[in-house]
Amino acid sequence: MPRIVPAFFMCFLLALIGVQAVAHAQSSSQPSSQSSSSLLPSFQAVVQEHFAQIKRGSVKTAQPVIEAIQASQSPVANDFLQKWQAKALWYRKADNRLVSVKSDDKKRYHLFDLETGQKIGEADKKEIKQIKPNSGLRALLGAALAPSHLASDRRSVRRASLDVLARDPKAAHLQPLRLALGKESDAALKARMMRLERLLTMQYGADDGQRVAAIKSFSGDLGLDVRARLNPILTTRLIVSQGDVPSGNFAQELKPGESERLPKEKAYAMLVAKGWALADLSEREKKQVLEANIIDGRIADIALKDLASQEARERAYLALVKAGKALPDPSEADIAAALQKARFYALYEESSTEVVKAARETLSSIDLRVKISQAIDLFLDGLSLASIFFLAAIGLAITFGVMGVINMAHGEFIMLGAYTGYVVQQIITNYTLSILVAIPAAFLVTFIAGIAMERLIIRHLYHRPLETLLATFGVSIALQQVAKNSFGTQARPLTAPDWLDGALVINDVISISWIRVAIFALSLLFFAMLWFTLNKTRLGLETRAVTQNPRMAASMGINPDRINMLTFGLGSGIAGIAGVAIGLFAKVTSELGSDYIVQSFMTVVVGGVGNIWGTLAGATMIGFLQKSIEWFNPSNTLAAQTFMIIFIIIFIQFRPRGIIALKGRAAGD
Amino acid sequence: MKGPLTLFLLKHPSALIFLSILALFTLLVSLGSEALGSGFISTSFIKTLGKTLCFCLIAIAMDLVWGYCGILSLGHFAFFGLGGYMIGMWLMYERTRLIVVEAAQQAPLPLSAQEIQDAIGTQIFGVVGGADFPLIWGFSHLLSVQLLLILLVPGLLALIFGWLAFRSRVTGVYLSILTQAMTLALSLYLFQNDSGLRGNNGLSGLQNLPGHEQTPQALISLWFFWASAFALGLGYLLLKLIVESKMGNVIRAIRDDEARVRFLGYHVETYKLFIFTLTAILAAIAGALYYPQAGIINPAEMAPIASIYLAVWVAIGGRGRLYGAVIGAAFVSLLSSWFTGGQAPDIALGSYSIKWVDWWQVLLGVSFVAVTLYAPKGIGGLFDHFDKGAEK
Repeated sequence: MPRIVPAFFMCFLLALIGVQAVAHAQSSSQPSSQSSSSLLPSFQAVVQEHFAQIKRGSVKTAQPVIEAIQASQSPVANDFLQKWQAKALWYRKADNRLVSVKSDDKKRYHLFDLETGQKIGEADKKEIKQIKPNSGLRALLGAALAPSHLASDRRSVRRASLDVLARDPKAAHLQPLRLALGKESDAALKARMMRLERLLTMQYGADDGQRVAAIKSFSGDLGLDVRARLNPILTTRLIVSQGDVPSGNFAQELKPGESERLPKEKAYAMLVAKGWALADLSEREKKQVLEANIIDGRIADIALKDLASQEARERAYLALVKAGKALPDPSEADIAAALQKARFYALYEESSTEVVKAARETLSSIDLRVKISQAIDLFLDGLSLASIFFLAAIGLAITFGVMGVINMAHGEFIMLGAYTGYVVQQIITNYTLSILVAIPAAFLVTFIAGIAMERLIIRHLYHRPLETLLATFGVSIALQQVAKNSFGTQARPLTAPDWLDGALVINDVISISWIRVAIFALSLLFFAMLWFTLNKTRLGLETRAVTQNPRMAASMGINPDRINMLTFGLGSGIAGIAGVAIGLFAKVTSELGSDYIVQSFMTVVVGGVGNIWGTLAGATMIGFLQKSIEWFNPSNTLAAQTFMIIFIIIFIQFRPRGIIALKGRAAGD
Repeated sequence: MKGPLTLFLLKHPSALIFLSILALFTLLVSLGSEALGSGFISTSFIKTLGKTLCFCLIAIAMDLVWGYCGILSLGHFAFFGLGGYMIGMWLMYERTRLIVVEAAQQAPLPLSAQEIQDAIGTQIFGVVGGADFPLIWGFSHLLSVQLLLILLVPGLLALIFGWLAFRSRVTGVYLSILTQAMTLALSLYLFQNDSGLRGNNGLSGLQNLPGHEQTPQALISLWFFWASAFALGLGYLLLKLIVESKMGNVIRAIRDDEARVRFLGYHVETYKLFIFTLTAILAAIAGALYYPQAGIINPAEMAPIASIYLAVWVAIGGRGRLYGAVIGAAFVSLLSSWFTGGQAPDIALGSYSIKWVDWWQVLLGVSFVAVTLYAPKGIGGLFDHFDKGAEK
């Protein structure tokens, strides 16, 4: 959006200038009449005065020029600024006169007066020069012009200028805004204008009553703009005084060293700045003085080699002070005494106490709502993370939880699913369609991979779980390397369809991306499907029977081999689908799976092996826990993961069988 | 006059054979080195051999805890890394101190103790945006304490972790996953910049021995090679003593049927805890010898994958026989550096050529699966015919 605004302005202004150029051409054909002379300096004189700055076009120095031009109150002032912005401003090299220009077919340039629009002559291309402001300056000019566009007839222009104003509202905008507000017909724009008007009134309103009313109207508003405008009202400045309490809008008295605002060093520096105390020299400064006073390898008659300690240096420095070769340095006691004598106050920059009071109340009401919203946001984040963990672990919950097979290659099945999604996307370019194809394709690929692994490896190791761990680990490193060799080490994109772009925004604090919402929905769907399969279908019944007692199940006519194979394939296939979902928000690399494998095992173990309710509980706990720890220390997700794992290790001490433990015969060993 | 050790060695000729081979190997390598002998073996290869000996040491520790006691620990490389960090702290501190003191010769004023400390701090922690020494560096100026910490820190960690885990009867794959989680937590923790151990930069410049700036690397590497060989020999002897003692029988029994041993009145947890902690300390010693030869240590070395590779070595070498672990570690790690070093010839298959740098991991993974499935005794199983003491 911000990029579109300047571009839009350019188009608009160019059109405007085109119209004006025609007008100029017409006026120039009429007999010329001298512009009426008045007491004000002519507009041309005003702009010529700033010619050097206009020609230079520096962003840093342009603001006063723009203000001076607007202050001239000339009817063509805004017109001039528009020309400047649209690179339609030229000057004649002979006398540096700023003009507007129109070229004819014969490559002759017609020059027009800026104020009257009358033709003042013709020139060759060589005789004149165009003024080309850079993009920064054009943005500055755009901002200066924005208020005047509020009254435009076109809705899009008004909206664009409102966008510009909202980015950096100023006191001068209040008047045009109020004028435009009365005329605005579009309801949405009017609402935005009213909000901006209130924001501006908060700071620049005519009287305190108006301002307090505007401030109070924002009570509980979560907008960042409100907080950004309220905080300056509450800024304070520090005042040091040696006697009476200073006049002004008093905020509080500060004791040096007791508040973060006023550490002792800063307080003392304030005293020094006032000239009430001697400057406290730093160790470095004193050392420089000492070094400057080395005479024949001695300082104040102390040999250099004896100066390897702080105490000795202090002594040498004192000796230098006595000899008049150095400035005295206040001691700790001197500093304390000086601080004792002075008093420090914080005063509001804002003069009105009512405004300050209203601002504080509004801000605290906003803070409360922000905190509530943050808690909700944290909850949503936790829910989202939990659903990711659940999705990654649910396949494992079947293979490990139900069958008791440790599959270290589970993470690689997730990776395989993600790469399948990537490959499908290379073939089918429609993102929506490709995701719909990728999900069953990923299931199929990993289902087959899982069955192959079960037939070739795991089948032989059902009674040696530790060896299953090792063998599947061998598969894991081989698969990882094969993926690296086939797809390279750089991350491959798995792009979400457009309708999953963006976020579900509830207010300025609470938002959650649609992908995460989709993953949450997907994990719920998976849970329901799995629960149904395991508890309500023939396959589920047989799976549970084989899990509990394979020999008994076999004698009931169930083929344990087939069931084991299918169950393992199912678990692996689900890992593949999870891979597509995870690939949508994470980078698809050959290491994608190994990032999730430990967490997935943790999820299953913490939740309780042997049922999918446990996995749900485990994922929920780990997800929320990690987000909560991150909330305490947001900058450090590594620490959050560390503490979470430590917590899990301790948790397993108390519930070795997980949150939801199977009881009785179902518990197996 | 025959001491008990001599008797033990005579009774177990395999240990004698192993020690003799190790001594002979050390002697041959020393004679071939650049520092002492013909220069037939390059210094970098001496370092590789020295590092391999350290791997062998941690492998026999792993063999004791897994092959004999049945605890598949996926965390012993964390102890290895911790040992490396402990010695690395002293090496880095002392070397930086010498550099700072050297540079201070030019300064007009002699540096105070505090200034030296600050300068070292800035030098070491500048990369992570700090200058102050974290608390854990409190003893880094004392070699003796730091050497003791090599044993204490991993030992205590293993003791606490093992106590927690064994006490609540976490066994089998659960224990493996738990140890893996511990390793992951530790490496994630060390990856942070404010962990006090320079985050993912790790500790570097460890190959320079402070106070021996003039000694050529050829000689230093030989010293470490000798130290590694000595540690391996001693460690092998110690573990051999353990596995042949009555305690060895108990821990093997725990591996085979833990519940039965418990019912027989043995305090299974104490045995397991002792073995776990002892092997952790051995791993730490191996790490402390390894990283001065490698020159750099960072948290990536302690990632869970490293500990799994350790299990791979031991499994390929053959579990439950100490020399098997040595063979596995030496064979796989040397082969791995040969393949990944680009020395192995590529195999051309028409339009595609198999580059071993890329495909070695696949080969390792597949052969690992094959060993697990078809040769659970590993390479060491081949020697069973010659060693009557080995388990069948």
